[in-house]
Amino acid sequence: MNWSAFIVFAVLFALVTAVGFWAARWRKGDLSLLEEWGLAGRRFGTFISWFLIGGDLYTAYTFIAVPGLVYGAGVAGFFAVPYTIVVFPIMFVVMPRLWRVCHANGYVTPADFVRGRFDSRGLSLAVAITGILATLPYIALQLLGIQVVLEAMGVTGVGILHDLPLIIAFGILAAYTYTSGLRAPAATAVVKDTLIYITVIVALIVIPAKLGGFGHIFSVANASLAAAPKPASIMLGPKGYSAFATLALGSAFALLLYPHAVTGMLASNGQKTIRRNAVYLPLYSILLLFIAMFGYFALAAGIHTKVSSLVVPLLMLKEFPSWFAGFAFAAIAIGALVPASIMSIAASNLWTRNIYKEYFKPTASTADEARVAKLVSLIVKLGAVIFILALPLTYAIYLQLLGGIWILQTLPAVMLGLYTRWFHRTALLIGWLVGMVIGTVMAASQGFVAIFALHFGSFVLPVYAAVWATLANLLVSVVLTGVFNAAKVASGVDATSAAQYQDAASGPIGA
Amino acid sequence: MDGKSAPTRSKHGWYWLLIIPFIATLWPPFYAHEHPIVAGLPFLYWYLLVWVVLVGVISAIVFAITG
Repeated sequence: MNWSAFIVFAVLFALVTAVGFWAARWRKGDLSLLEEWGLAGRRFGTFISWFLIGGDLYTAYTFIAVPGLVYGAGVAGFFAVPYTIVVFPIMFVVMPRLWRVCHANGYVTPADFVRGRFDSRGLSLAVAITGILATLPYIALQLLGIQVVLEAMGVTGVGILHDLPLIIAFGILAAYTYTSGLRAPAATAVVKDTLIYITVIVALIVIPAKLGGFGHIFSVANASLAAAPKPASIMLGPKGYSAFATLALGSAFALLLYPHAVTGMLASNGQKTIRRNAVYLPLYSILLLFIAMFGYFALAAGIHTKVSSLVVPLLMLKEFPSWFAGFAFAAIAIGALVPASIMSIAASNLWTRNIYKEYFKPTASTADEARVAKLVSLIVKLGAVIFILALPLTYAIYLQLLGGIWILQTLPAVMLGLYTRWFHRTALLIGWLVGMVIGTVMAASQGFVAIFALHFGSFVLPVYAAVWATLANLLVSVVLTGVFNAAKVASGVDATSAAQYQDAASGPIGA
Repeated sequence: MDGKSAPTRSKHGWYWLLIIPFIATLWPPFYAHEHPIVAGLPFLYWYLLVWVVLVGVISAIVFAITG
């Protein structure tokens, strides 16, 4: 057991726990209302939103998985950079519009919006279930971030003792999320990012100097990738172009459709706050680019492991004094708690608003909603702990891969729905189903990889399966909309009005 | 769709600037090269780094103009 690392880790963890519980009293609101518990009263300004959304989108799993991918697959893992570049122009344009219409109608979830826009319980349920299914494995994988750093510090035991630290960590998280709601991840995100930024800056100063500079790191990494059983490279070849670009584009749209991303955005105090954050958030992408390079640092440092999630912890242990490794590990573990908290809140909001209230108790008051959502957030986290402890890790990774494909299938209803009501609700529902099935089959047919190659004669085009599935989804939605409209199938009543989508400069709605 | 008044409508044209980062970063032939190397980083890597900064700059310009 590495005591000096563990003590630093434990102290920082205790600090974050205190911040999490204190958050209940921060910007005081009536936490027995769902809008207060689950969206913190929609009153976060630019500064807090930056930490909240940043902590939301750049998770511990990202910080563990991206360098792990680069360590094994080389440049292919760097699709994460164009992905986190193009996501912000999309956010800049689309999310303020979503904020406006949700604010005007008191919508808490994307499924609320779809329910109002298309007057369709079925489509709303589809969006809610997709969101919950996509979020659960994501929460489970955040636990992996905590698990690997505990393992790296030598916190081991037999039987229940082995899992106890992880259970305690998640128990604490569950408790302060229960009492403080979305205020907890927002407040702890400030601590998390401070630790992450310090860790990465120190790593960039210390590690390349120890390893002989970037030039040397890249050439050693390249040689080592080329010699691997599955050879890779630091340079992207023409055969990899389409996979690289479509993974980036598909992931960017998918990210903004995830319920936790929507929750983070809706909690801001205005559409300008969202736009301003689209301007400032790319700062995290600079960080991500360097974190991805940790995969090369590990290759150059001669770290050998078959477990890609251990690449970053092993690198830190090897290159940092143990007390600073403890600091870095705390950054990763706390980096897991922030998104896990927001994700569990987002999943609870969906369950409460779009399933419980819609199907089980239509008379639920806002206080009932908050009570159910708090309880569900506990169940969701318990489920995640059982998932990661009882099932093989590959299940969570496969499901998270599928989750990205699934969530993108809500794009026509949620994102295009913000711009047009031309699509017929039943067409969108069938399109969604087709996309879900095609995407799942494509990924599963090859042993759960994200890329699926279509053959057009002798021409082969490898593309992110989520993108193929979304194209099929859109095609079906367009064709069937034509059919249903021609057959004069009722398309319901739009509960939103055109003015509710307009921005502040041209209408009275919005801040 | 957006905006009834003429000035707002014309300002929304600036949103088209936001298409530039997509073209620059989603077409790998532009940047899948090793040379020139800067500070030990092959071209692909520092090109993407520059674009992370530029996407912020472009959004800031659009934000400043459209509010």
